[in-house]
Amino acid sequence: MRRSLRLLGKTGNTVLGLSCALAVLLPILWIVSAAVRPNSDITAFPPTLIPRELTFENFIEVFERLPFARLYGNTLAFAGIATAVSLTLDTLAGYALARLPFRGSNVILGMIVVLLMLPFQVTLVPLYELMQKLDLVGTLPGLILPRITSAFGIFFMRQFFLSLPADLEDAGRIDGASEWRIFRSLMLPLSRPALLTLGLFHFQAYWNDLIWPLIMSNRLENATLPAGLAMFAGQATIEYSLTMAGSLLALTPLVVVFLLVQRTFVQSIATTGGK
Amino acid sequence: MATSQGAKGEPVLVLGWQRKRCHPRRLSPKTSRLRASLLFLSPALLALAIFSVWPMIRALYLSFTEYNIIRPPRWTGLDNYRQMIADSQLHNAVVNTLVYAAVGTVGVVVMSMGLAAILNTKFPLRSLVRTAVFLPYITSLSIVAIAWSFLLNPEIGLLSHWLNEVGFGTGQGVLRSPQLAMPAVIAVGIWKNLGFYTVIYLAGLQSIPRELYEAASVDGAGPIRRFFKLTVPLLNNQTLLVAVMATITNVQVFDQVYVMTQGGPFFKTDTIVNLIYRSGFTKLDFGYASAISWLLVAILGVLAAVQMIYFRRRAVRY
Repeated sequence: MRRSLRLLGKTGNTVLGLSCALAVLLPILWIVSAAVRPNSDITAFPPTLIPRELTFENFIEVFERLPFARLYGNTLAFAGIATAVSLTLDTLAGYALARLPFRGSNVILGMIVVLLMLPFQVTLVPLYELMQKLDLVGTLPGLILPRITSAFGIFFMRQFFLSLPADLEDAGRIDGASEWRIFRSLMLPLSRPALLTLGLFHFQAYWNDLIWPLIMSNRLENATLPAGLAMFAGQATIEYSLTMAGSLLALTPLVVVFLLVQRTFVQSIATTGGK
Repeated sequence: MATSQGAKGEPVLVLGWQRKRCHPRRLSPKTSRLRASLLFLSPALLALAIFSVWPMIRALYLSFTEYNIIRPPRWTGLDNYRQMIADSQLHNAVVNTLVYAAVGTVGVVVMSMGLAAILNTKFPLRSLVRTAVFLPYITSLSIVAIAWSFLLNPEIGLLSHWLNEVGFGTGQGVLRSPQLAMPAVIAVGIWKNLGFYTVIYLAGLQSIPRELYEAASVDGAGPIRRFFKLTVPLLNNQTLLVAVMATITNVQVFDQVYVMTQGGPFFKTDTIVNLIYRSGFTKLDFGYASAISWLLVAILGVLAAVQMIYFRRRAVRY
């Protein structure tokens, strides 16, 4: 009796879990399916998830109909450079706040926590104004500059560096290493998982960002993939397969990166919930 | 401990600066540490000052002006705030945003907690399910929102078709229906972040000592009772984190609204950020947009404070 009840529970969980997974994956599966069939197959009645006709023309056509290579390059450069610079600045600042505290550093930390809660949208108008004055609207530097550091990143790295043992840096100090050496040769090699996690956080946030690139791109050529595809979908509502081919290409890099670093990433998120 | 230099911080700084001139190599350890700390901090702090703090203050100033970027801002005092009190479009957007935030936050808290409870048991393909559920978190909301609108399209949409088949005819389409557009937008928002919060709850579940469940079983509590009387209260720390994070995200809802409904139909899904975007970057009324953005800051501050006070009293410690 008890055993069969347990088995029932297990089957129930499997069924529930799998149906959740399928429901969650539906739009992604549909993007894949719509990308590899002609538009006529999408509009044919009844709609199906499995393509009735296969084609890979969409992936070529999306480069002809849209400045897709430009969009891709813009997104890669924006997300890549912003992530790299932000990781550097966040790590240095987080390290200083955690490992090299001084009188007043708690005030700085408090300010960073306040900024953590600040909605980015409140800075939109002045940032746009600033970029216009610097003549950077529609350029890559204009897109990147506001993202070269983040309160979240600094706080995240501080929390990580706090968790490292103090003996380590004391050993370095006794050996007469400079603060930079201690950071570079002792602490930084230990922070790979944290850097990987924050890197993916940043990269996905910048790769996926909509409102800032939307504001900063005065033409389709200057947009990023999310902004460009949103603009295109707004104008050409009937080009389903073309839009979905572009979407699939836009989503793929992040999905691949995520699947590669999944374990580290998910574990780091789990620990942030612990405190 | 490395922190003991606190009280003498500033004199040491002066000393270090003077000493640096004559013997640049022989700094006291404290001074060199302070110098390193300031060097490490300054690039990030400079960037934050220019790209976060200053814009925030500038937005506050602009909220008291009339400004279209072309001509310099003209001081109008409280005019924008007076306009806000009378603006029915803004009231509508605030109500919509609060409804979105309330339903979306409660929805995602309940669903991620439930999903975590399922994923915390052992069953075949569990890790596959976990990966699948997490995947939306790293996808672009605006791009997947395009796919959602196609799925919900009344003519060609697969989901519309399926809903029709099971007797939920949606007529002109979910996204053009004044009653269904908001629930659809909320559902897409929950879809995006569900996996992220589930991971946080999973970690919480794994930290609950097993003996507590054994004791409850001995006392005759069934699985449902154990879940509501034991698991849910013991997850309060995670619920605080999830609720605060979800509220902050939800109050700033924009991406899927912009793509799926543009605030329609009949402004039924118009939100605060939508209105900031429209007032500023479509109507070029940057003073008013700034005023609304400060309203957003105020709303977020109040909501976060209320939640912290509520959950702090119920914090769990082992």
